[in-house]
Amino acid sequence: MSERFAFRLVEGPVDGAWALAAVHGTDAGCTLLFLGTARASSGGRAVLRLEYEAYGAMVEPEMRCIAEDALARHAVLRIAVEHSAGTVPAGAGSVAVAIAAAHRSEVFAAGAFVMNELKMRAPIWKREVFADGSSSRVQGS
Amino acid sequence: MQVLLFANLTEACGARSVEVVIALPAHAAEVRVAAERQHPGLRGRTFRIAVNARYAAEGDAVTDGAKVAFLPPVAGG
Repeated sequence: MSERFAFRLVEGPVDGAWALAAVHGTDAGCTLLFLGTARASSGGRAVLRLEYEAYGAMVEPEMRCIAEDALARHAVLRIAVEHSAGTVPAGAGSVAVAIAAAHRSEVFAAGAFVMNELKMRAPIWKREVFADGSSSRVQGS
Repeated sequence: MQVLLFANLTEACGARSVEVVIALPAHAAEVRVAAERQHPGLRGRTFRIAVNARYAAEGDAVTDGAKVAFLPPVAGG
C-alpha cells in the first residue's frame, strides 16, 4: 500500500488474509498477525455468536489516529486493521491486526499498543448470543 | 439537532437517534445536559460525546450542522 495504514470494516468474520496482504512489502523482514476470535463460552455459558455494531463514520479516523501513534512510537513499517461488523460465529475471527517491520524488535509492542488502544477507543460494541437464545451486551472498557 | 445513539443507548431510548432542542453553538457538556433532560432514557448512562466523528471534550464547541453522537463504553475486538 502507498500509505502506512489500512483499515476496513467487513460484514461477518475476518481471517487476517486482507490485513496481511495490505502490509506486504519486500522491505519487511517480519510481519506480525494478531487475530482475535469469538470464544465459544463466556462465564460458563455456551456462546453461539457475537453481534457487532460500529459507528462506521468514526471507526476509520479513530483507527488511523491509533495507527499514527503506533507508527510514531515504534519502528514498524505498516499497519493494517480489519474489524468485523455484524455477525461472527463462535470460533471465527472478529479482528485482525497485521504489522510489517524491518526487524522484529518492536513489532510485538506495536501490536499490543494497537489492540489495547482499539479496545479503549474504537467505537465498536458487541453482544453475545447464547445457546439458550438469550443475549447480553459485552461490558465496555 | 439530531444526535446518533449506539448500543445500549438505542435500547434505552428506543431509537437510533434522538432530537435535542438546544441553541447552538453550545459546549458538548451542554448538549449532554439538554439531551438527558429531554430524553429520560439517557439519564444515569455513561457515554462519551463525539462531534464530527471525533471524541469531544466537555468544553468543545458544537456548532450548527455538526454531527453529534453519544457513545457508551466501547467493546471492540
